[in-house]
Amino acid sequence: MNWPEEQKEENKMKQFISFVKKEFYHVFRDRKTLLLLFGMPVVQIVLFGFALTNEIKNSKIVICDYSKDISTRAIIDKLEVSKNFEIKQANLSNSEIEKAFKEGTIKLVIVFPANFNYDLNHQNKAQVQIIADATDPNTATTLTMYASNIIADYQRQLIQGQNIPLQIETEMRMIYNPELKGTTNFVPGVMALVLFLISVLMTSVSIVKEKESGTMEILLVSPFNPFLVVISKAIPYFFLSLINLTVILLLSVYLLDMPIEGSILLLIAESSLFIITALSFGLLISTLTSSQQAAMLISLMGSLLPTMMLTGFIFPIENMPKALQIISNIVPPKWYYIIAKSIMIKGLGFSAIWKETLILLGMTFFLLFVSIKKFKTRLA
Amino acid sequence: MADVILQNITKTYNKGETIAVKDVSFSVEKGELFGLIGPDGAGKTSIFRMLTTLLLPDGGNGSVCGFDIVKDYKAIREMVGYMPGRFSLYQDLTVEENLSFFATVFKTTIEENYDLIRDIYIQIEPFKNRRAGKLSGGMKQKLALCCALIHRPIVLFLDEPTTGVDTVSRKEFWEMLKRLKSLGITILVSTPYMDEAMLCERIALIQNGEIMSINTPQKIISEYPKKLYAIKSKNMSHLLQDIRQFDGIESCNSFGENHHISFNDDNELEIQQKLIAFLRAKNHQQIELKPVTPTIEDCFIKLMN
Amino acid sequence: MDGKVVIATDKLTKRFGDFTAVNEITFNVFEGEIFGFLGANGAGKTTAMRMLCGLSIPTSGKATIAGFDVYKQTEKIKRNIGYMSQKFSLYEDLTVLENIRFYGGIYGMTNSKIKSKSDELIAKLGLEKEAKKLVKSLPLGWKQKLAFSVAIFHEPKIVFLDEPTGGVDPVTRRQFWDLIYAAADQGITVFVTTHYMDEAEYCNRISMMVDGSIAALDTPSVLKKQFAAQTMDEVFYELARGAKRGE
Repeated sequence: MNWPEEQKEENKMKQFISFVKKEFYHVFRDRKTLLLLFGMPVVQIVLFGFALTNEIKNSKIVICDYSKDISTRAIIDKLEVSKNFEIKQANLSNSEIEKAFKEGTIKLVIVFPANFNYDLNHQNKAQVQIIADATDPNTATTLTMYASNIIADYQRQLIQGQNIPLQIETEMRMIYNPELKGTTNFVPGVMALVLFLISVLMTSVSIVKEKESGTMEILLVSPFNPFLVVISKAIPYFFLSLINLTVILLLSVYLLDMPIEGSILLLIAESSLFIITALSFGLLISTLTSSQQAAMLISLMGSLLPTMMLTGFIFPIENMPKALQIISNIVPPKWYYIIAKSIMIKGLGFSAIWKETLILLGMTFFLLFVSIKKFKTRLA
Repeated sequence: MADVILQNITKTYNKGETIAVKDVSFSVEKGELFGLIGPDGAGKTSIFRMLTTLLLPDGGNGSVCGFDIVKDYKAIREMVGYMPGRFSLYQDLTVEENLSFFATVFKTTIEENYDLIRDIYIQIEPFKNRRAGKLSGGMKQKLALCCALIHRPIVLFLDEPTTGVDTVSRKEFWEMLKRLKSLGITILVSTPYMDEAMLCERIALIQNGEIMSINTPQKIISEYPKKLYAIKSKNMSHLLQDIRQFDGIESCNSFGENHHISFNDDNELEIQQKLIAFLRAKNHQQIELKPVTPTIEDCFIKLMN
Repeated sequence: MDGKVVIATDKLTKRFGDFTAVNEITFNVFEGEIFGFLGANGAGKTTAMRMLCGLSIPTSGKATIAGFDVYKQTEKIKRNIGYMSQKFSLYEDLTVLENIRFYGGIYGMTNSKIKSKSDELIAKLGLEKEAKKLVKSLPLGWKQKLAFSVAIFHEPKIVFLDEPTGGVDPVTRRQFWDLIYAAADQGITVFVTTHYMDEAEYCNRISMMVDGSIAALDTPSVLKKQFAAQTMDEVFYELARGAKRGE
């Protein structure tokens, strides 16, 4: 065959086109990756477009109305109409208010003192107290803003036509995080993310690597219980994660100026439990696949995405559609996030988080049980 | 009772689409050096994996030292040594670390059975601190063999231990196997190299999942149905083509420096002369024709057709 | 064997740090020759082959492949040679036809040439029924034969074969060598490495590398006489035995 000394441009183009054609074949014949490439954007658009939102709607708030007069009634009506709030009226004592915040069931309390209307008419000045749970400072400021706006609106209405300078003073209290530090929100979230992601990813990949390299084959044909192989892989990652945890806590306290209100020992104990949950999840993933690439992909999808979207530290769970709220319940980081916040920011003890701890424990047992059942003592 | 018994073993993959092993039966006696000879894809690895309890057969049954390969897998796993097809030791552990790891896995120590592996280990001992991944092919085989022997197994399963290794290392490896056999270990080896068949006591020739013949190599050779001749001339590739055109040739296959041919006429002398004349007419020079003993490869080719 | 020289090397050397993998090898290969390139593992065979294929730049020495310089004209070398190894030959998730057309396109063949030659190739190998099947469904022997045919699809001057018949059954092995003979008859030079010593006999000339240098180079019959050996296996054993690089 005669080969020209210099390759013509059209030949170079031909070569290139051959390669492109081949690459198209490879891509379209890899069904699993295709599913990911096309499925992922669709899922994300749907989630972000419809389900996940920073806007806060239907927040549960409590109104303590010690006056029960015409003005308070008017303001409460306005608040009720607003789609941001779901109102429960109950005149709670201080300790009851504290309890409600501790449980995390309500985010905002508005207190109208006695003689509200009387003060307005006779002193041209009345006070309202707005108390917000500021562990999530964004939510707190937003809700407070909604509430203050409605009250200011009512104030304007009153003034209309009259020349009297009526003033409704709103006293705002931000609980747990008076300085409204953003770090309080995201540090527990990052802890959940980092601990979960690393343990799931590294464990699953490490076990599958053993399968891929063929050493698992030899270990299976031996008296050594192969399940112990798996446990021995989890242990270094357990300690690694604890070190990570320590680093994060040190950085938050000294660099970000965020103190740990509650018991550090409790925090470490709960974190250890969470790490074991993550390791078990990684173990389960390793029983499902035999290639490192697949293990990595599934681990990332199964840990990064749910943690970012459904834990509650970026998008409040209360604002998601019911379906997603239910799904978020099976995402282990969600429960750890609540535990971490309660200990670190609210300074609560075990009595406040025993439910969440039990849930994590239950998830761990379930994951381990399924993994053991699925663990193959043979190659196929 | 034979150490290894297979009865009507069948194995399929892809939900029955691919039949890897078809109705295979054979047995290996205590202390025997048995070879499973066949090319890639013949089913050797599948058979080994079933015997070492890593795969379940789809049909038939088998036993190792009297233990059933399906039900008594735990017992079998304690007493066999296994060297799978490709090098599967820990690349980033050293020679010594690999060996002591596997000793521990088998609840023993290197010292306990050192006499068994000494002759082999001595050759790699100078490199005991080198990472396994950095060893040459021959050294890796030796290390893998040591790790398979460290717990003094009763039966040793070696799946293609000499593949990808050069001739010299291959010869050394078989010397080591012979010495192990003399210590009473039952050894089952698979290999695609037909010349290694001669080094086994008994062999099974396997192709496409089916056993074509089981016997001692010598018996298999003696069962070759025709008389075999070796022929050569100055131009071997043309010789091959020309012989194939000659009427009366039953088979003609190249075998290195000769071609092996057999005739389909019983009147051999006459047809030989005709052949030589035919070839001379085609200008072949320095023609040599002589009878030759068949090799296992000749037998394999014959059985394939 | 006389004729045009298609591969010429002069003290070709490759060093990695202070390790000399290939030490001043000098030899010629002629057009249409079947040249066997043997050596134990670690002897430097693979490194040498990579230099000859234009895949690795030598540390010192000279070499021309198909008339092109191994330092400055590696792209031209790659375009004039074919390559096939045990590890990589064809794309498993492409069909037989797609593989052929792909390589045809890579080597810059015209569409009409690709069409006519691929029909010819498929007919020659008897793969009419398999033409549209994925390569991974073919038995190993057919894959190897197809891979070889694809390696010479563009009629290169030289084809490099790296252990092409590893693990293949004896009948297919011989069919493969029929293909090699046919290629050599067409004037394609075949540069082949193998672990099967009987295949060494099929070569016109053999070279054996030991510890980075060429320890012997000649026809099989001369080498056997030289080492008083009956088979190439014995010759190899004699030469490789003293090798220091078995580690």
